[in-house]
Amino acid sequence: MSVQEQQQASAQSQSSASTQENSQSENKPESLVQIRDLYKKFNISGDFLDQLKFQGGKIVREQEFVHAINGVNLDVHKGEALCVVGESGCGKSTVARTVMGLLNPSRGSISYRGERIDNLDDKALMPYRKKMQMIFQNPYASLNPRMTIGQTLMEPVKLHNPTWSAQEIRDKVHEVMFSVGIDPSWGERFAHEFSGGQRQRISIARALAVDPEFIVADEPISALDVSIQAQVLNLMMDAQEKRNLTYLFITHDLAVVEHFGTRVAVMYLGSLCELAPTKALFAKPRHPYTQALLSAIPRLEDDRPSHIKLQGEVPTPVNLPSGCVFHGRCPYVNDRCKKEIPQLIATDDGGQVACHAVEEGRL
Amino acid sequence: MALLEVKNLEVSFGLRSGAVKALRNISFTLERGERLGLVGESGAGKSVLGFSILNLISKPGRISGGEIWFDGKNLADLSAKELRDVRGNRISMIFQDPMMTLNPVLTIGQQMIECLKAHRKISTEDARTIAIQKLKQVYIPSPETRIDQYPHELSGGMRQRIVIAIGLLMDPDIIIADEPTTALDVTIQAEIMELMVELCDRNNVALILITHDLGVVSQVTQKAIVMYAGRIIEQGPTKEIINDAQHPYTQGLMNALPQMAIPGQRLNQIRGAMPPLQNIPTGCAFNPRCDYVMDACTKQLPGYTASGNCQVACHMVANMKKAEQTSDEV
Repeated sequence: MSVQEQQQASAQSQSSASTQENSQSENKPESLVQIRDLYKKFNISGDFLDQLKFQGGKIVREQEFVHAINGVNLDVHKGEALCVVGESGCGKSTVARTVMGLLNPSRGSISYRGERIDNLDDKALMPYRKKMQMIFQNPYASLNPRMTIGQTLMEPVKLHNPTWSAQEIRDKVHEVMFSVGIDPSWGERFAHEFSGGQRQRISIARALAVDPEFIVADEPISALDVSIQAQVLNLMMDAQEKRNLTYLFITHDLAVVEHFGTRVAVMYLGSLCELAPTKALFAKPRHPYTQALLSAIPRLEDDRPSHIKLQGEVPTPVNLPSGCVFHGRCPYVNDRCKKEIPQLIATDDGGQVACHAVEEGRL
Repeated sequence: MALLEVKNLEVSFGLRSGAVKALRNISFTLERGERLGLVGESGAGKSVLGFSILNLISKPGRISGGEIWFDGKNLADLSAKELRDVRGNRISMIFQDPMMTLNPVLTIGQQMIECLKAHRKISTEDARTIAIQKLKQVYIPSPETRIDQYPHELSGGMRQRIVIAIGLLMDPDIIIADEPTTALDVTIQAEIMELMVELCDRNNVALILITHDLGVVSQVTQKAIVMYAGRIIEQGPTKEIINDAQHPYTQGLMNALPQMAIPGQRLNQIRGAMPPLQNIPTGCAFNPRCDYVMDACTKQLPGYTASGNCQVACHMVANMKKAEQTSDEV
């Protein structure tokens, strides 16, 4: 483990302790999913022979990692829609996939209703899979082209309810198809016979078919047209109301977040920089990165864009910057930012922000 | 005279099931230095329109009618050789995905010099100097070293800037940008858009911006065209269209944006989806989805009605204008 990682680890364990204290002292809503001190790195150094290098007369083994998530602590409260936003490569989809158990965390834990689930085997995970479902970005890729819609929707119902009769399964499938506005008699058709919006409805129906409590939606509307986006968002909001769902909603579209989210988590380069109730975040973004992100939304009203310009580009997640990951592009940077990783601190409007400048009152 | 004038343009694609008209009766003008936005959903024909201006429609598609007047010449009539003088030279194009546009096995410099040499008699050294100067214009840091790098060594935003620099190489009169920022992140999108506006203003270049993002259109363009199922349904000054849309489809598109709704409430969706081009309903193509549908809408294709400075293809708007006129006369 490198020195930097150790620093991060020790800093992170302190912060998780302090957030736990906070949660005990305040009367917080029931948390459904808890992400604690989550790290995920991907090995990109190829196979064993590729890793061997000749250095100073010796053969050494070198490995390189993409640090996709670096110490994320996040609670999803019951009944809310928690939106995770950030630019491409910030690790938001990795968070979604790790929560769902599609990826194993490198360090840290995921708990569902207080039970740790990231270390369970497939069999032990089954009851949780029924409660947690996922909707993917591209409805063209996430539906099996060789199965009819009926088969696609029946599969999860059958798997999770092995005792049900064929009639019960069929009734359930009809019910979910009807609830997402797809005519149940279309069950004989294949995915390619539907439009993009209809396919995304079918993906939602598939997620709803096992009566889940928690849905992770990874950019569910970004592949769709504006008028269809509205239909799908409405459908997701209706489903949330009727079925009392909790969403973890991954997106890069801030206008959607403002409309849909209960709380927003802003990520940058694998770290959480701000977490706040939607209204508070849009009214008063605290973190310099959030401010830049919000100012870049193209609005209908303004005549001229006057967005905050960030210097440079997002650094590579292979060699993370020291200190605050945003320091290379931040207009309020000082020496402390370059050395010390900022921790999430509570703000007066109910949010949390990880920024030295905010903590010191410079911002 | 306008810089570009498109008159009754028609593009059709010959399919096994018969010819499909991707564009019908498209007419608009573009002045020097003007920025025009083409808006619509996927399949509305906005990209086909952008491509057809340079006659880049590939088989089985072809321009089946109409004229495209640019600088005294009808581009629809030109031979391939004559067109080559216009393409990339007088009118250049910027595509959606910069990674697909740039050749991965050539350096940035090779691609830029190739383009300059194709259009001008120029030495490699001179071409390189011009290329570096253009890279400076799009704010590429240390262009002298960047010019010898390959596209994969650059970030997405940087690549799109290179593509813009290549588009500007020959000092064109018109740039057609087909969803230039769709593949990029919001912060980069804002930067690139600002850069394009600045460069167009400085060099007096006209811009045709093809996009589905109404926010971008409202910030960048002066004139806007809204397309639906291969037809222009509304065109006019961007401000008027954004603030006071007349066509029910434009209104619906605007109201469907999350920023137009009260947070947490249902969005105002347009029901249904755009019809496939093989199967456009008779009368107004929008009639199955329209809340104000009347008898005439299902029978007769609406003509264009002037409303303010806009042209709107809608029976309801036409009736309203007629009623206004008669009441004025009385």
